[in-house]
Formats: sequence, structure tokens, C-alpha cells
Amino acid sequence: MDADSLLLSLELASGSGQGLSPDRRASLLTSLMLVKRDYRYDRVLFWGRILGLVADYYIAQGLSEDQLAPRKTLYRGAPLLSPQVQIKEETRLVSVIEQIDKAVAIIPRGALFKTPFGPTHVNRTFEGLSLSEAKKLSSYFHFREPVELKNKTLLEKADLDPSLDFMDSLEHDIPKGSWSIQMERGNALVVLRSLLWPGLTFYHAPHTKNYGYIYVGTGEKNMDLPFML
Amino acid sequence: MGDLPPYPERPAQQPPGRKTSQASQRRHSRDQAQALGADPEERQQIPPDAQRNAPGWSQRGSLSQQENLLMPQVFQAEEARLGGMEYPSVNTGFPSEFQPQPYSDESRMQVAELTTSLMLQRLQQGQSSLFQQLDPTFQEPPVNPLGQFNLYQTDQFSEGAQHGPYLRDDPALQFLPSELGFPHYSAQVPEPEPLELAVQNAKAYLLHTSINCDLSLYEHLVNLLTKILNQRPEDPLSVLESLNRTTQWEWFHPKLDTLRDDPEMQPTYKMAEKQKALFIRSGGGTEGEQEMEEEVGETPVPNIMETAFYFEQAGVGLSSDESFRIFLAMKQLVEQQPIHTCRFWGKILGIKRSYLVAEVEFREGEEEAEEEEVEEMTEGGEVMEAHGEEEGEEDEEKAVDIVPKPVWRPPPVIPKEESRSGANKYLYFVCNEPGLPWTRLPHVTPAQIVNARKIKKFFTGYLDTPVVSYPPFPGNEANYLRAQIARISAATQVSPLGFYQFNEEEGDEEEEGGAGRDSYEENPDFEGIPVLELVDSMANWVHHTQHILPQGRCTWVNPLQKTEEEEDLEEEEEKADEGPEEVEQEVGPPLLTPLSEDAEIMHLAPWTTRLSCSLCPQYSVAVVRSNLWPGAYAYASGKKFENIYIGWGHKYSPESFNPALPAPIQQEYPSGPEIVEMSDPTVEEEQALKAAQEQALGATEEEEEGEEEEEGEETDD
Repeated sequence: MDADSLLLSLELASGSGQGLSPDRRASLLTSLMLVKRDYRYDRVLFWGRILGLVADYYIAQGLSEDQLAPRKTLYRGAPLLSPQVQIKEETRLVSVIEQIDKAVAIIPRGALFKTPFGPTHVNRTFEGLSLSEAKKLSSYFHFREPVELKNKTLLEKADLDPSLDFMDSLEHDIPKGSWSIQMERGNALVVLRSLLWPGLTFYHAPHTKNYGYIYVGTGEKNMDLPFML
Repeated sequence: MGDLPPYPERPAQQPPGRKTSQASQRRHSRDQAQALGADPEERQQIPPDAQRNAPGWSQRGSLSQQENLLMPQVFQAEEARLGGMEYPSVNTGFPSEFQPQPYSDESRMQVAELTTSLMLQRLQQGQSSLFQQLDPTFQEPPVNPLGQFNLYQTDQFSEGAQHGPYLRDDPALQFLPSELGFPHYSAQVPEPEPLELAVQNAKAYLLHTSINCDLSLYEHLVNLLTKILNQRPEDPLSVLESLNRTTQWEWFHPKLDTLRDDPEMQPTYKMAEKQKALFIRSGGGTEGEQEMEEEVGETPVPNIMETAFYFEQAGVGLSSDESFRIFLAMKQLVEQQPIHTCRFWGKILGIKRSYLVAEVEFREGEEEAEEEEVEEMTEGGEVMEAHGEEEGEEDEEKAVDIVPKPVWRPPPVIPKEESRSGANKYLYFVCNEPGLPWTRLPHVTPAQIVNARKIKKFFTGYLDTPVVSYPPFPGNEANYLRAQIARISAATQVSPLGFYQFNEEEGDEEEEGGAGRDSYEENPDFEGIPVLELVDSMANWVHHTQHILPQGRCTWVNPLQKTEEEEDLEEEEEKADEGPEEVEQEVGPPLLTPLSEDAEIMHLAPWTTRLSCSLCPQYSVAVVRSNLWPGAYAYASGKKFENIYIGWGHKYSPESFNPALPAPIQQEYPSGPEIVEMSDPTVEEEQALKAAQEQALGATEEEEEGEEEEEGEETDD
């Protein structure tokens, strides 16, 4: 979620039960600002919180002008060297974040657009999805370089708008049903939760520009998903 | 243009681009022309509804006359102005011809008038480099002018290339799309000049409505330009595409309809209505004062806002307005049901909807009425079955051949716990969202708990969904939900040491089967444990719910203890087949066991403690988080504590879930010397037997004749 709208975003994402305490919120706001200044990022996202045994990691990501360029990830927390495992905890942390990002970081359709020169930009005229669109999985894209786009048939591609539809949509995610879409607050908020990486919550208020995702969890994939559906 | 390859190359890639530049050209020069045409008031915009219906065509026909009249004046001026341009005449065709038609939007016109002069000045300052020549190769009929328009627009602007002389105005080319309009047109205008004809062609082409919708390119451009002029964005060029898209969208979603409700928003409004009902206090105005007094007294509704505040300090919980709504919903529940105490247990997330769970205790005596109804139904069923068994046995005894009785006996059903004890100590109500009615969950049976331990399924959010699993779960989602709630409560409801204490009256421990005491009460002398101590040691927290035994109950019941009915039946049956059935008594940790005694999960501590705020320990709250059931939290501060669960409702296991294997294939009945399975007779054998029997009948009629033959035939089997 965007650092600029952190407080509102946390409110909206609170349906999953995990949030931030007021002192954390205050400190995050300040530190995200500083990160933005120091690293000269265009946008700083608060990615989420990974719960650890002793302490938690707070993760932030910085985006440059081109939204799809590889993001820099920053973390804050006490690294704990677990005695059994040889790998450094930091490496493990980074790999978990990358896995989660690749798998389940999502964005509504129309929030970014691609210019013919290559870079993607934030779409300033994105007014939000309509209610009917918000309930469909096809209105959300993975926030990463497209993988499946080339495999589409020509017929499907003909309906796409290349300036908007340049990322994979969630429709074809495997296993099917690994996303839960719900309306909360009496239809005023659509919340997507990933069942594959429990703890990832994406929220969007239809007809507004508010959207974002946050991950709060232990950083473990739910390998039992096929049994649970 | 390099990033367009993934999509099929459209043959019309170039021309639409040209079209747009042509359109832009027309825009700019139209404005120019208008200023020159010495009548700024003639500059009018085409109202969007101009071309909607067939009658519109005829109007256009008549108006083109005016066009013709105006054209010559403007034409010359244009030529002088745009020297290098080859096509000035085209640009001048449009202004002011639709004079008599009313506008849909007066204000637009006025604003536009004021601004055109500014624009003209800018244009005149030599931005003619922006103008591009029209493509000589353009021959494509407009397939989807609106769709292609915005895709490739930016290319054109960036290129700035000059193109050769344009032969576009060949009327023959223009003819294709606008055949509709032409009959009228040609009937009224005797002999237009070729240039005028070209202009009209171009215009007619622009006015041609797109195949997909009622919108024509002309109207769309008008809308777009008006929008730009009204809004005056900072860098209109870069936002041109988005504006175009927005204009298109708005065309199809006019916000003019105040009579009909927006169908999309209906569910939202309905939900809002329901939640509004929550906020209305029951009772009228005059009774308001009395109500105030009543409400100030004790209510069973807990102080959810306070709990939410403390949990928020810990970083857990729902947002504050959500909590408030839950509070109101619980208040509603308390009004509807005879409730003695109640507590917000937590939220269980589901795939389609989530559950809000309230843990309640009914007042004495209230609950039993409902329970009896349920029990009668089940008991009636059991009585029926008993009768069935007895009748079956009698029939069997009468039969000549006694069918061997199966050795297998179904395992005895473990009776469920009584209400208000063990796992059924509390009643649970669920609802999906505050404002929706609360549903009561049935009591949990030990079989359900045992099965719930073997499966792992997501909740869908609908209570009557069947739970499809192996081993088959005895119940639907409501039962599964109740079983999980029972397990979570038993494992994660904790309180600071000393908050609860055992009752002063102690029963004989042996009577209860050594299971320990199962009741506790609040300790009035509890002074609170300092927060730092709570965080340091797990021994300062205790479980205050009973542990559920492997059997599925909190108090152990020997399944072999037979009731009187069963003993009577047994006397009739053989007792030899019982087999080894000694069952050991199951024992679990007693109530009020400290958390330090909890088993580890593969080297992982089962609980994690945290101070809510490390920067100000004197005011912070101790938080305990369960690692075994992710989502279970408890906080304690001073004399207050509370538990909550917000999560998916599943246990954490470091290993993957291994579903139970199906049962082994059953053995066939063993063949022994006394029982041999015979092979079925073939058709020939049956026929031979039949023939033999007939002959036997025939032979007995003859009495003693042919005895030898009978014997011989009977041995043919």
C-alpha cells in the first residue's frame, strides 16, 4: 500500500484482522518518508509485516518511475539467526518476499498504463473499478512482468487493450479458486485474500482510487490448498 | 512503435493514425476559421443527439445548404492562412452549419467562445508543424474509429513526419460509409463544387456512427474537446488518451437518470439499510428517558470498544467502525435472545463470506426448551431403529437357514456432552456481517471433533454447505465451524494466572473419573500481574477452558459402558464376538494449566509474547500470540484481559497435510471346509436339470416304471 495513504489503507485492510498498532503506524509514516527521500524513490509501498518468533520484520518497497521495474525491498526488524538452518535469515527473508510478490501481488485493471515507449506509469485518471467489475477476477492483474500473456489465443488478444492489459490477470491462476473475493462493509469495499499465501490481503474501494495490498503473516505458503478447497 | 508487436498488426495501423491527425487538424483549423469567419456566434457545437435517429439525416441534408453558403468566404481566408497546407477546405466545412439546432449545453458554448480566441492566437504563432498531411494511402473504411483512435495516437504526435500530397478527397473514396446520407443530400443540393463535396463527404464520414454504438466520431470529438476546454488539464497531450477513454465511458453512463436506481448499487444500499436499523434505538421519543435509565444498568453486552482498543495497541483486530458495528449487532442479539453473558469470540474468514462469532451463555432454564425439541427428534429416531433390530432378529430366527451374523459391529457412538459443560459450555451465534440476523450453531458432538481433526477445509461462508472430505465429516459447514470453534477455544483461551480460581467446594475427584475440576470462578482478590512479568514467562498465563481429549470430549466416557437397553439386547445375541475391547481412560491436562506446559510444535514455541509498545513499557499491554492456531491472540493489562481469534480457522502444522488413507479393502468371506462357494451353473446345466426334474415328475406318475432311468438322469448334475 502506498505510503502516502497509509492510514486509510490500513483501515481498509483491517478486515483480515492484522494491522498495526498506533505506535508502529506513527513510526512507519516517518520512516517511509525518510526512505523516500534517501533513496529517491518515486513511490514507497509498505509491503507488510512478516511475523517472526521473537520479533517481526516490517517490509517496505520502493518503486521508481517505471512501475514494473524491479523493486527495491527494505526491511526493518531484528534478524534472528536460527541455529539449525545454514542460510542467513536475511536471504531467506528476501526470497520469501520475492516469492510472495511474484505470486500474489496484485493491482486492479486500469491502475497502470503502458506507454508506447516502454515504461509503465500510474494512471492518474483511474477512477476505480465499478462494482460489477470489482467482483470479477479478470479485473485484477499480477503486479509483475507478464508470463502468460503470450500464450493467449489471437481471439483473446484481440479484445485486449495493449495500454492497459499488459499483465497477467488472476483468472488463470493455478490452482483455481486460490483467491477469495469478498465484499465488506456492506458492499463498499472489495477484499481479495490469497488462499495460497494466507496473510495477503488486497483491498479496493470501488469507484474510488483507493487500492493496495498488504501481507501480514509468517511467510509460509499454504501447500495444503488443494485439500482445502 | 516497438511495443506493439505482441498484438496482431492491424492493417489499418497507419491510417487511423492519420485519421486522428486529420481530426486534430480539423479541430485546430476549425477554430481558426471560425475566428476568421467574422461571426463568432456562429460557432456552434454539434449537439450530441444530432445524429441519433434517422430523421437526423434529413436535417443534415437541409443544413448542408448553409454550409455551402458559408464555405466560399471561409474558404479563401483559410487558404491565405494555411499556406503550405494542401487541404484547407476540408477544415472549414463544419463550423456553424447547425445553427438552428438547439444545444444540449449552453454553457459549453459560451466557454468555448471565450477560449477559442486564445487558442487561435496560439495556433497562429506557428504551431503548424504539428499539423500533418493526410495520408495518401488512406483507403480503409472505418472499422472502429474509436477503438483504434487512442491506441496509436501518441505515435503520430511523436513522429512529426511530413507526408506527401494527399489525394484523399476523392469523393469515390468517401462514398462508402456515408451512403445513407447521400440520397437526401444529392436531392437537395444541385451541383456542389468538388471541394465542398469533399468537405461534406468528410463530414458525413465523421458523422457516421460506429458499428458498436450510437456514437459517431464527430460527436465524440466534440465531447472530448469540450471536456478538455472545460477542465483545462495541465498537459493535455499526455492525458489525451485517458481523457478520451473517460469521455467514451461517460457517454454510455450518463448521470442524468434521477428516476431509476442504479442497479449496481442496489446491494450496497440494501446493506446500508440493514445497518441503519442497527443504529436506531428501539422505542419512541417519549420513552427515551426511561430507556436511558435502563440501559445504563447492567447489560450482558461486553464493552467491545474497549477490547478493540487494547487489541489495536497490539496490532490486532478490526477497524474501529467495524468494531462499533459489531457492538451494535451484539446488542441486537442480546435483545433478541435470553442471554446471560456474551462475548465477542472473533471472526473466521471464509472464501465467499466471513463469520462473526459471538459466544453466549443463556440464562438458566431458557435454553433447555430448545434443547428438548432437538433431542426428541433424535431419540425418536433411535427408538425406531431399536424396533427395527428386534423385528429383524425375529425374522431371522424363523428362517430355516440362519444367515451367519457379521462379526463387525459399528463402534459405539460416544455421547455428546451436555449443554453447559465441556465443549458445549457456551453457545455460539454467527452472522456474516453486522446487521444480518444471527444464527445459532448446534452443539458439537465428539464424532464431529474427531473428524474435524482429520480434515482441513476452508469455510465458504454459507452454513449449509456440505463438507466434502475423506473421512466423511458428519455434518455440514455449520457443524464443522462449531467443531473448529470448540477446538480453538479449548486450545487458545487463556488468562493471566490468578484471574480464575477453583471453586471452594471440591467434589470427590474419583467421581469425576480423575479428569479434574471443570468449573472455576473469578478470583475477587486478583491484583493483576505486571506486564513485564506477563511477557517474560509463559507460566503466568493459564488455560481456562478444558482440553479436549482424543475422544472428542472434555470428560472421558467409557464407550463400553452399556446402558440397560443394550444389555438386554445382548443377552439374546452371542457375546463371543466382542473381541478385545479394553479401552484406556484418556487423560488430559487439568484446567488452569499454565501455558509453559504446552507441547512444542517441532522445536517451535507454541506461544509468542510481545509487549505492545517497546518504546513506552509502562503503558503497554502484554500480548500473547498462538503459533499453533495462527490468529489467536490474548492481551492482558492490569486487571483486564481478553481473548480473540481472527483467522481462517485452521491449525498450524509444520508438515503438510496428509489426508487419511482410504480403509483397506475388506476381506472376502473366508472359504472353509464347511462353507464352499459354488460356481453358478451354466445354462446347459440348468436346462439339463430342468429337463431332469420334468422327467422325474413324469416318472412319479408312472410310479415304479423306469426307476433306473431316473437315477441315471439325476446324476447328470
